[in-house]
Amino acid sequence: MNMKTVNSGEKAVKEPLFHIVKRNAVPLKQRILIKAGAIVLSMIVCGLLGTILTGNSPFTMYASLIKGNFGQESKIWAMLQETALLLGISLALLPAFKMKFWNLGADGQVLVGALVSAGLMYKLGAKTDGVLLNLLMLVCSVGAGVIWALIPAVFKAKWKTNETLFTLMMNYIAVGITGYMINQWATSGSGTMGVIKYGWLPELGNKSVLTIIVVALLTAGMVIYIKYSKHGYELTVVGESENTARYVGINVKKVVIRTMIVSGAICGLIGLLLAGSINHTITKTLVDGRGFTAVLVTWLADFNPYYMIATAFLVAFLKSGSAQVITDFKLNNDAFSAIITGIVIFFIIGCQFFVQYRLIFNSKKKKKGEN
Amino acid sequence: MKKLVSLALSAVMACGLAAGIAGCAKDVKVSDYEIKPVKASDLKVGLICLHDETSTYDKNFIDAMDKACTAKGVSVVKKLGIPEDNKCFEAAEELVGAGCNVIFADSFGHEDFMMQAAIKYPNVQFCHATGTKSKTHNLGNYHNAFASIYEGRYLAGVVAGLKLNEIGLKEGQDYYQMGYVGAFPYAEVISGFTSFYLGAQSVANATIKMEVQYTSSWYDVEGEQKAADNLITRGAQLISQHADSMGAPNACETKKVPNVSYNVNTSNGAPETYLVASRINWQPYFEYMIDCVIAGDQIATDWTGTIATGSVELLGLGKNVAAGTAEKVAEVKAQLEAGEINVFDTAKFTVNGAALTTYLADVKDYGDFQGETEVIKDGVFQESKFRSAPYFDILIDNITKITQD
Repeated sequence: MNMKTVNSGEKAVKEPLFHIVKRNAVPLKQRILIKAGAIVLSMIVCGLLGTILTGNSPFTMYASLIKGNFGQESKIWAMLQETALLLGISLALLPAFKMKFWNLGADGQVLVGALVSAGLMYKLGAKTDGVLLNLLMLVCSVGAGVIWALIPAVFKAKWKTNETLFTLMMNYIAVGITGYMINQWATSGSGTMGVIKYGWLPELGNKSVLTIIVVALLTAGMVIYIKYSKHGYELTVVGESENTARYVGINVKKVVIRTMIVSGAICGLIGLLLAGSINHTITKTLVDGRGFTAVLVTWLADFNPYYMIATAFLVAFLKSGSAQVITDFKLNNDAFSAIITGIVIFFIIGCQFFVQYRLIFNSKKKKKGEN
Repeated sequence: MKKLVSLALSAVMACGLAAGIAGCAKDVKVSDYEIKPVKASDLKVGLICLHDETSTYDKNFIDAMDKACTAKGVSVVKKLGIPEDNKCFEAAEELVGAGCNVIFADSFGHEDFMMQAAIKYPNVQFCHATGTKSKTHNLGNYHNAFASIYEGRYLAGVVAGLKLNEIGLKEGQDYYQMGYVGAFPYAEVISGFTSFYLGAQSVANATIKMEVQYTSSWYDVEGEQKAADNLITRGAQLISQHADSMGAPNACETKKVPNVSYNVNTSNGAPETYLVASRINWQPYFEYMIDCVIAGDQIATDWTGTIATGSVELLGLGKNVAAGTAEKVAEVKAQLEAGEINVFDTAKFTVNGAALTTYLADVKDYGDFQGETEVIKDGVFQESKFRSAPYFDILIDNITKITQD
């Protein structure tokens, strides 16, 4: 690929096959078309690869992808729940990312929230089961998430430490503490807590409903926070340029810390839902890497909370759908499900290039000054 | 756009409420259902695995299930990579939805979620490996299964002991030294390495001391390799493991230290150092389970496979075992089958310098982690007699727990 401006292209003796021109603002319709095209293309590639690797027809695979998400009522709920969880954690990342604070510690922040909830359920459940315990879990989980986010935020604000590495490492500490606590509580040495009988959050029909409602409210709240509140404005300015922020009198340190409190609090809340509402247990893998998947969800959506609903759904859809492919293809190795997910996401990220640039082929005689 | 979002939100909430009302189904008691025979051609078996076939533990279940279903002419639906949380319940629901009549889960932490599914779907049979709660909770359609794998470990120990005799004592050391990579300090692991140790000691011509290092994970290639390396550096002349990756066998092959494996024959990856492997063969249980469902019989609440049922096996001997190993193994195996040898004979080991005369084990699992059942009878620790899942969780003399140096 040869990157050139139109002018330098004129001077060249040999014409390259094409050159790349930055697009101006691309209308939404066109962007959606490009992304939809990418998804269709990725599906074709997945289908072909599936045929080559497993000998199954692409259409069987597409049917499985849909069946895995909509095939029965419980699957629809599972898909909605997964979408809600991913969206919830992505909403936690959003304000931090808008501020260009790369919080890669959502996994750990959610996990400590879940751990604290599970601990309270286990230790206090027999004495104070009910609303009081649930409220205590809420306060403590949110608090734990905040603390986990606050530590790297304070270090960043005060001593300019690298938040990417710091938040990342906090994840490992959270996993370590969780493993340690499980071994303390489950004294049989199995490393497994099992279902804790107490402190279950109210079940509004099934295990998924509460999470879906909370995240729906959270989405609305976050839209208002980012778009219409002074806090949202301030953190956006800090993200655009710290110097500008300082110039207009924004206290950058305060904004960094405050925003990370919001980020950590939401993570803690998701942790509460994971432990208190969905799983009723704690394991080292309870968050299942969603803190990292949420980074993808947020980026794919260009930090736009509305689009994040769609990208969270897409990722959840691929997760359940590709698992169904493994089951339906009767494979004993689940690597192919990761391949499907990887290919689709690769195409979507790749198409970002075509949203921002366009190719101009030189075979045709081109007019001068073409944009 | 804002309107759209609020519309979407209210739609989601409405769905939630509707499902809330619809979801309040009445509780179904187990006594409400009856077991009907199922034609083999209509029978679907569900399998839930913690990992996929890349884990030796899960591969052992997957292979056995494939063979059992082929033998019985029934179909199988698999859910792989299911963690020990609500995902297990979701997987079980999916399998029920896919028309499975009986569903089996392979990992200890799946148990509570399988029980939740058993309560919700009383017409489906749920079976679970390594679990401890079927007897105490008595759901009727929820069943535990395990095998007396300690007998297999004991036989593998015999192979190890003979190999130690061949290697000989280290200079300036009047005992043999073995190393053991364990997953968690859990009864299943402790029972396993103790029976392995007792098997080795039963044929060795000097005292054996064994060091155990835990990895705090059932599957951790790097951790298991590191633990094996550490044990070898500390002087272990032979390594065995209760963990599911190739980590320890690979470490042994690199350092040329004999290895006794678990669940799979690792001689492909470690041809020079592989001695033998013991494993639970789940095929007999799966066939029993399928037969019960076809006939409309109740599956045993708690089932223990043995050498006699073909559930406990030794896999092929490696090329570098000591001379006479095959004959000795056959002899001991016959004695085990005939009941002439009891693996946990209290005359054969001591705890804190004294013989064990009484022990309360946590056989009835109420989640209290308190021992309540006297398990020593007629001078033998009655492992897997009161419950299929192991409960021998005592550290005996000459076995020490170590941590990474």
